[in-house]
Amino acid sequence: MTHPAEQAYRDHYGRLLALLAAEYRSLDTAEEALADAYAKAVAGWHGHTVPANPAAWLLTVARHAATDRLRRDATARRKMPLLITGDDDQPRTDTGPVPDERLRLVYTCCHPALAPAARIALTLRYVTGLRTREIARLFLVGEATMAARLTRAKKKIAAAGVPYRVPAAADLPARLATVLHVVYLVFTEGYRATEGRALTRVELADEAIRLAGVIAELTPGERDVAALRALMLLQHARRDARVDTDGRLVRLSEQDRSAWHRDEIAHGLALLAQALRGTGESRYLLEAQIAAAHATAATAADTDWARIAGLYARLEQRTGSPVVRLNRAVAVAEWQGPAAGLALLAGLDTALAGHHLLPAARAELHARLGEHAAARAAFDAAIALAGTDTERQWLTGRRASLG
Amino acid sequence: MKYALLIYGNEKNWTEADDATREAAMAAHGRFGDLLTERGAMRGGEELESSEAATTVRTDGTGGFVLTDGPYAETSEQLGGFYLVEAADLDEAVEYAKALPGDIVEVRPIVEYHGP
Repeated sequence: MTHPAEQAYRDHYGRLLALLAAEYRSLDTAEEALADAYAKAVAGWHGHTVPANPAAWLLTVARHAATDRLRRDATARRKMPLLITGDDDQPRTDTGPVPDERLRLVYTCCHPALAPAARIALTLRYVTGLRTREIARLFLVGEATMAARLTRAKKKIAAAGVPYRVPAAADLPARLATVLHVVYLVFTEGYRATEGRALTRVELADEAIRLAGVIAELTPGERDVAALRALMLLQHARRDARVDTDGRLVRLSEQDRSAWHRDEIAHGLALLAQALRGTGESRYLLEAQIAAAHATAATAADTDWARIAGLYARLEQRTGSPVVRLNRAVAVAEWQGPAAGLALLAGLDTALAGHHLLPAARAELHARLGEHAAARAAFDAAIALAGTDTERQWLTGRRASLG
Repeated sequence: MKYALLIYGNEKNWTEADDATREAAMAAHGRFGDLLTERGAMRGGEELESSEAATTVRTDGTGGFVLTDGPYAETSEQLGGFYLVEAADLDEAVEYAKALPGDIVEVRPIVEYHGP
């Protein structure tokens, strides 16, 4: 059974940290005080000693711990730059954390003045409450490396005056886009690990979905938030079918669709319907519609490739991304035949140099046209560039199946 | 907080600029100075002579000094001038940096020492 302190950690960490950081105007003080409070909870909560309101208990204990620490290190602390909160005279709340606090924390952690890798680490550490060693494991680096990355980012926040507040209305759309990008990067890192052995890192994708849920709760009515949540839920619902029992990649067309998580697909489709009620288009909205087209096809043969190709064409127009062009070519090949797909792949070599997906796509299309020599050469190029063992094995198997 | 806005650019664009371009740039700096003054944010600033006029002085490690002709870092963009501004936070400093005429602006917080 989960210790009640561990449960309280999962449920309340981000909110309590955000509140304490605002009160003491220091992420360090908030983090240390909250760690003290949780340590006391782990030691002291058993059976009837578990408080009725764990969050309020933790907040009170953390405040005492912060006061003690500040008194003890008075000189050292005075030299530390304080977080710029913008409203210093805000009254303390004793009724419990308010949602706005956590939203400030999200915007501070995802500030564009921080390096993208630091934004992801800070967000996972403070908003979702993952421990440093867990984040280090997710990104395949040592705990000391991740701790150093977090420390450097926290120093920059304080020293450069990165504000601890929700941005002004004029800046909000651009800043929300940065936040959503961080969430999506966390998710895609989980969905397709860029290196190492495991193809998916389920926990990371789970965290991204949870984080998007927090942002949706704090920023209701934002179309892109709903669209991104829909996109992630629809993709993640396929996780158990994407890899076979030997850890090998299973293509969408060959996946066991009964292994897809139907409840998550239903949730994703409901969020997508909500996002589609607004006007206009966005990247996440188009990608979610593509994911929905796959999720709602009863069998691979039922896939509406014409619709998917059309969505990719709009997405390509919007993003100009060569990876989108590649996906569009694959959809067009399903819809109008391999030759039409190959024609769309022409001219991507410079933009996708070093990317195994381009030769892999070419290899498949040549194979379908019966052009085995061209297919083999393309598979060789793809195998040389593939970043994970799973992908290399799969490509090698495909090459061998050409006979 | 106090920030330095360090303006970088390719000096050749400036030395080879015609009179109209130079006048437009000076006018843009004038307007930027007015904006800072209006918001009570101006704490100083100067245009630097071209990096050809720079001399770099280094200690030689044995108590002496070595002088070299030219700027410390030989890069395609050179430090051409700076402003010192007062801003509530990094977001406001970045807002000033965006309003500054110039292609590249480095925003650096100034270290402020308080009391003993």
